Amino acid sequence: MTTSEAREGSTAIRGRRQWPLPKQAVPGAPLLEVEHLSVRFKMASGPSVKPVDDVSFRLDDGEALGIAGESGCGKTTTALSLVRLLPANGRISGGSVKLFGIDLVPKTERQLARYRWREISMVFQGAMNALNPVKRIGDQIAEPLEVRLGQPRDASLKRAGDLLELVGIPRQRASAYPHELSGGMRQRAMIAMSLACDPAIVIGDEPTTALDVMVQAQILVLLEKLRRDLGLSLILITHDLSVIAETCDRVMVMYAGKVAEEGPVRRVFTAPRHPYTAKLLSAFPNIRADRRNLEVIPGAPPDLRTPPPGCRFAARCDKAMPQCTTEVPPEVRFSDGVRVACHLFPPGSEGSLAGDAAKILVASSMPATPPPGEARP
Amino acid sequence: MSDELLRLEGLEVHFPIRRSLSELLRRRPRNVVRAVDGIDLTINKGEILALVGESGSGKTTTGRVVVKLTRQTGGRMIVGGQDVTNLWGTAALRPYRRRVQLIFQDPYETLNPKHTIGDFVREPLEVMGIGTRDDRGQRVLDALDAAGLRPAADFAARYPHELSGGQRQRVVIAGALVMQPEVIVADEPVSMLDVSIRTELLRLMLDLRQERGLTYLFITHDLALAWVLADRIAVMYLGKIMEIGPAEAVIRSPRNPYTQALVSVSPSTDPPEGDAPDERMILAGETPDAAHVPTGCRFHPRCPVAFDRCRTAEPPLFDVGGGQQAACWLAEPGARPADPPSA
Repeated sequence: MTTSEAREGSTAIRGRRQWPLPKQAVPGAPLLEVEHLSVRFKMASGPSVKPVDDVSFRLDDGEALGIAGESGCGKTTTALSLVRLLPANGRISGGSVKLFGIDLVPKTERQLARYRWREISMVFQGAMNALNPVKRIGDQIAEPLEVRLGQPRDASLKRAGDLLELVGIPRQRASAYPHELSGGMRQRAMIAMSLACDPAIVIGDEPTTALDVMVQAQILVLLEKLRRDLGLSLILITHDLSVIAETCDRVMVMYAGKVAEEGPVRRVFTAPRHPYTAKLLSAFPNIRADRRNLEVIPGAPPDLRTPPPGCRFAARCDKAMPQCTTEVPPEVRFSDGVRVACHLFPPGSEGSLAGDAAKILVASSMPATPPPGEARP
Repeated sequence: MSDELLRLEGLEVHFPIRRSLSELLRRRPRNVVRAVDGIDLTINKGEILALVGESGSGKTTTGRVVVKLTRQTGGRMIVGGQDVTNLWGTAALRPYRRRVQLIFQDPYETLNPKHTIGDFVREPLEVMGIGTRDDRGQRVLDALDAAGLRPAADFAARYPHELSGGQRQRVVIAGALVMQPEVIVADEPVSMLDVSIRTELLRLMLDLRQERGLTYLFITHDLALAWVLADRIAVMYLGKIMEIGPAEAVIRSPRNPYTQALVSVSPSTDPPEGDAPDERMILAGETPDAAHVPTGCRFHPRCPVAFDRCRTAEPPLFDVGGGQQAACWLAEPGARPADPPSA
């Protein structure tokens, strides 16, 4: 029984696990394993740019991974390259993307098409721009079912209604056009569309960024519910660390195209090891913390046309040592599942986790110099 | 320091909605969008007041009235003791515009890509006919320097595409500073920027207040930014102020259920504890359309503790002590304390 045959019979929305894996799948392989992925963008003039440089990570079944970092750090490009939705001047220049053990990098466009939307789907940031303004949302959600799975129209439309209900939109609204829905509703419709084919992985690119806080909270609750009910595997790309704290199991912090730190959210957010992670966390305004002691990360990320030798964060790092500007820090993996690329943690320091982590923690929790505006009128 | 600099009294902005032909024929009354529906606000000299609300709360419209880009339909506005409610017209507004400046949200859209940074900052001086040529040059350099773009002469010759997002927003700030204003209305000035860059700009705003005695009306949807920057916070919902008071009081002991809900969902980077109860108060639905404002308390359809009175009568802002005021019947002196919201 092939995947599409199995899917035709039922309109139930039960997540990926009910369908058999693709034939070439390697038994026992992790859901998604990305190894040494590099992406190169050709520029009109000058040298090419590597927005993603030797990035590795894995995503297990039912897991949610957050990819964090400032704009231009390569987080969106990393996600787009998984299904090769790169701009025309971009291509994968090295590494592998293995889904169920099947490497997607050598696949032709045509071969890859069967994985898009059916195995890996995306929720884009601006739901207004991602939805077609002249098509009813029910039709748009049904479209991947008809096109990708070849399901009959009436079954597709019925399932589109089910999907809308699943994300909290009454099924009667299927006949609405995108402009008739509020921002939060449109984002829900996008999520419904991404679930249409029961994909193995849903990638959310800044799925809550343009929304009001209350609507953002509603969408995050919806994502949690879908994860629980459907066993969804998620990759969330966001610059908003709070979204990752709330919804993800693991977090990967990227800087200038490289992985700075990766590990369980609880470990990384409560005891950041990479100075960049620590800075990002302490720059986040939080009403539960004291006022006006936010950290500043001086300067800006490096120009990737001429990446600095050594650690890419060295120029902005207040703990930089001489070797940081000359040697690329190797990746060190700790026993608690965190890996870090920073000279503060040289290979062999894994054992002395407690000592080193404590050192960093003390340093990063020291109060920032009070801003000159501290004095209250 | 409690000299009042800006006062809004019963400010109202109602936008008429066009009627369809059938509505005209049936002589339906003209409906209005009540973007700002009667707000009172004062800002003291050197103070930072944050106006916080979701989209559709009327916070941006309020800001536009203060900088005289939108005409109010009711109420009064007094700046520095002078009634400026009916001050309109390019020539008449000139002195006012020197005193009150606006900083926009999007530093990418605000700057003309074909003009140098110096041109952008100089333009208002030329439009207003301020100073001689040499004076203007010096003022531009001073403003760039004050906005942290150093060396100023170097930045003045650059074009917007050569600058990062944070630097662009500094240019926009310099463009406001060059007029040497007293009041700056900042509408989501850091929302487009990365977290790491935001802090620098917030600090710059605090520094400028310190050095130049600036007064800010800071408009944002992000309660956490208001918490970091503002002395006082006003929370708006559907054109009304729901709660206002010192930042500490509004965030730590909010009295209006709407503020309580906003505080409870304000983002945090602390991962939730596995077994800790979820204390978030997630309101169902979305802010209603300002053309159909609910009766009574406008928040009552979404309020977890609403009772009969809330459906019929609109609560005024009640004083709850310490300079804090809340528009909620539960904050009325002598009201029984709120029941915990039932799930």
